[in-house]
Amino acid sequence: MVQLTLPKNSKITIGKTWPRPEGAKSVRKVQIYRWNPDDGKNPRLDTYFIDMDNCGPMVLDALIKIKNEIDPTLTFRRSCREGICGSCAMNIDGINTLACIYGMDEIKGDIKIYPLPHMPVVKDLIPDLTHFYAQHASIMPWLETKTNRPQKEWRQSIEDRAKLDGLYECVMCASCSTSCPSYWWNSDRYLGPAALLHAYRWIIDSRDEATGERLDDLEDPFKLYRCHTIMNCAKTCPKGLNPAKAIAHIKHMMVDRHV
Amino acid sequence: MTTKKGNAMAEAQGPTRPLSPHLQIYRWQMTMVSSILTRITGNALIVGVVLGVWWLMAAAIGPGYFNFVNAIATSWFGDLVFTLSAWAVWYHYLAGLRHLYFDAGHGLDVATAEKLGWACVIGSVVLTVITLIIV
Repeated sequence: MVQLTLPKNSKITIGKTWPRPEGAKSVRKVQIYRWNPDDGKNPRLDTYFIDMDNCGPMVLDALIKIKNEIDPTLTFRRSCREGICGSCAMNIDGINTLACIYGMDEIKGDIKIYPLPHMPVVKDLIPDLTHFYAQHASIMPWLETKTNRPQKEWRQSIEDRAKLDGLYECVMCASCSTSCPSYWWNSDRYLGPAALLHAYRWIIDSRDEATGERLDDLEDPFKLYRCHTIMNCAKTCPKGLNPAKAIAHIKHMMVDRHV
Repeated sequence: MTTKKGNAMAEAQGPTRPLSPHLQIYRWQMTMVSSILTRITGNALIVGVVLGVWWLMAAAIGPGYFNFVNAIATSWFGDLVFTLSAWAVWYHYLAGLRHLYFDAGHGLDVATAEKLGWACVIGSVVLTVITLIIV
């Protein structure tokens, strides 16, 4: 359901302003969404100031600096620091991206950081991705085969392998799905761009033998057809992938098999 | 889709989790604007149609009533509604063509989709001006 405002317990209040670093020449203001499950209060927006002469270039560098030097209670996910694990996906400067590969020099003015949009918050910048992962599992993200197992590996031509380019690179960071207004309003039934991109990745895999079943499963007014080509997904993907195009291909295959 | 056990664990952790902000914080995207405008124009056109149908009905009822409704329909308010409706029709029409193009599997890279969005907005304004000049 379309819900334009936030529920009462989710309204954001003004938070704490932390002291400026002393003697710093180049200072940037960073505002971060905070929510502590233990204090019974509403989410708040804390303000920090960082000494840019003493900080790495990426947004993740700033977050780690804040956690190490200013406020150890700041909570966020991170791991690889090079855009391959997908852990540090968050809303930075109004768009969803990975904090580790988004440079602070790309942001004009103050740096605003929120968790991925329209998700239940576990703490601070950490959203609950349980449902998102369950949707991914529901599209059977593995090779389904019926013929006997070959002696060695399942082989694929170079051309067929090339069909997976632009799909296999997805790191499941959830930036696309949580950028999609249709997913915001209907995530209980609409699978969202990430899960559908993965669905397409298996549908067009030449080695997969469950294409019909996969399409049957998606033939649903909500699972697939809540995509209205809004294209926030393709616009925001930190890996430069295009889930909207993958979804359009699935819709095409749906029509093709009926005519 | 979570298991019963999973939900119970989540609930046992404490207060209800807040919903992270969405529309409030997301930077407006051209493609997002063109999508929402399609819906807004589609719904707003119902208002324009209501005024148009009322006008026609009044003409069928009689001269006295027609004069009353005609005064409203040709007032600045009527002009405003009909001018906006003309724009809404053009926008909705162009956006529909854009969606047909999308559904045929074309124009889905980000740069093209944004250009098409701008084309709908600018095109609808130009076509409205032309319509006003002709009518």
